[in-house]
Amino acid sequence: MNQIQTQTPLAGQSFTIRRWAPTSIIGTSSFLAVFVVLAALPYMVNLSLVYSMIDLFILLILAMTWNMLAGYGGMVSVGQQAFIGVGAYSMVVIADHLGMNIFFAIALSAVFCGLLAIPISFLVFRLAGGYFAVGTWVISEVVRLTVVQVPEIGGGAGASFGAMSDMSKELRIATSYWIALGAVVLVLLACVLLIRSKGGLALTAVRDDITAASTSGVMVTAIKRLVFVFAGAGAGIAGALIAISSLRVQPDSVFSVQWSAFMIFIVVVGGVGTLEGPIFGVLVFWILKQLLADYGPLYLICLGAIGIAFVLFVRGGIWGLVSRKGRVELFPVGYKYSSNSSIDN
Amino acid sequence: MNLLDPIIQGILLGGLYALFAAGLSLMFGVMRIVNLAYGDFAVLASYASLVVVNAALVNPLVALVFIAPAMALIGYVLQRTILQRTLGLSPLPSLLVTFGLSIIVQNLLLMFGSADQQRLTLGDIDTASIILPLDIHIGVFPLAVFVLAIVILSALSWFMASTQYGRLVRAVSDDPATVELQGVNPKQIFALATAIAFGLVAVAGVAAGIQTSFNPSSGSMLLIFAFEAVIIGGLGSLWGTLGGAMILGVAQTVGAAFAPAQQILAGHLVFLIFLAFLPNGISRRKVRA
Repeated sequence: MNQIQTQTPLAGQSFTIRRWAPTSIIGTSSFLAVFVVLAALPYMVNLSLVYSMIDLFILLILAMTWNMLAGYGGMVSVGQQAFIGVGAYSMVVIADHLGMNIFFAIALSAVFCGLLAIPISFLVFRLAGGYFAVGTWVISEVVRLTVVQVPEIGGGAGASFGAMSDMSKELRIATSYWIALGAVVLVLLACVLLIRSKGGLALTAVRDDITAASTSGVMVTAIKRLVFVFAGAGAGIAGALIAISSLRVQPDSVFSVQWSAFMIFIVVVGGVGTLEGPIFGVLVFWILKQLLADYGPLYLICLGAIGIAFVLFVRGGIWGLVSRKGRVELFPVGYKYSSNSSIDN
Repeated sequence: MNLLDPIIQGILLGGLYALFAAGLSLMFGVMRIVNLAYGDFAVLASYASLVVVNAALVNPLVALVFIAPAMALIGYVLQRTILQRTLGLSPLPSLLVTFGLSIIVQNLLLMFGSADQQRLTLGDIDTASIILPLDIHIGVFPLAVFVLAIVILSALSWFMASTQYGRLVRAVSDDPATVELQGVNPKQIFALATAIAFGLVAVAGVAAGIQTSFNPSSGSMLLIFAFEAVIIGGLGSLWGTLGGAMILGVAQTVGAAFAPAQQILAGHLVFLIFLAFLPNGISRRKVRA
């Protein structure tokens, strides 16, 4: 348990700040239990369910990292598909063409996308608010139009991912599933650690009031850039997972703006600017997908309408309804303050 | 290579982009909303025009007489019922809602139309051109759109600068609370500004439908072109936007003259160069966003 002892000279009192609360102890241990169950899932259910769970994990990673970007950093990007595509193609190049280990290749794809996000951030950070959103969209178009010019990675037709082709179908799907599950846990852990860190405190301040944060000495641009790079790396991991699970990287699909639509829907329905939100949002998304996905355009119209209804009437999302006063946190990221000594001390 | 021809074509193409950019920039100027569904509403207007043309056997310009007011009405209602609720310090709600609208409009068009490319036609005027010396062909319709863009931008700029309503719009965009104290309802002004922007988008959508082709998902490209024109031109400057639109148009046509498949990428790259080196655009005004 982290406890920070603070001696304030003015009052001469000492305080204890606790990061763990009963809800976060229960919440985190339930997530660990869910993780154990999910890890055993390929032994229990049929292959097609396991396969569709990989998609769920990919969307969860995208939603969690987009939430850091928009929910905490206030940067509404509709261009994360730039990093999804680059992550998927990096996976093909690193694991297939260069023949490196798959785990190493995923990590390297993430690093590459994170590095790519640095120069991009210098361009798009010149735009604010809504124009930032369209700016990121333009960048993703530029990346797509550039990638399809490279014949070595298949040009407009795309490339196949063959590094796992010597496995049996069952083993391949189960392995992809475990890799995706592991990636979800790592990204979730990274989000929790980022929010818990000193940078996270600054980020939360930026989320709540950017002007106040800035006047309190938070280096707003630096912290935003950190989050932009983090989200770029996260989308890169998602892209690498798409290459692994679909065995084929098609430019029109990996660079599709529909990814942005899905991640935004998940975060908005779950709860913007909370760590718990995307987890609940992805469940809603998954249920809707099972019910409506056969209807094609109608399914997307429903997603759009539900998303708009949430923004207008349930702005905190599902998690906002659960924790009305903002006191419930399933992860140890809050601050609980208690005084150690009596007042007349 | 003779670059004069692509440059002239690009300038004319800029007229079309300026028509698009004017409405986007109006909504941003007044309400600080970037309407991500903007291009999709333009495509909606193109399809509506196609439906009217096929049903009533009139030409698209006659259809526009009905469609522009209809789109303005949609804009008015949309602002009063949905967009008004998203206004605030944070741009997040309005972006999320307009992005949702974009998906809805796009998929409605897919449901009721088809994914094929469509085109509106004015008959012979489509391909008619004026031949100048040096073998330069100027299309009659692109020229008309360019002139129309200048007329509409002049009208808009006169309207904002010299009419009572224009003054109200500018006042509301500076400080809605104070304007409300003077007895004017800012919501009404916002809704009228949105109605004008949607009327403009109908004109731009039908013009684009005649000049190029469209399909249910071509809206995002139109949004991006309008956005690039606004940023190259510099926020808050109507004439800057026209300049930005012409620069974008020229970048695309000259790019296409060198490599026919790279028209759009060339436009994007010129936009990125402006963003990197001249972030306040050619009008170089600083505007809070």
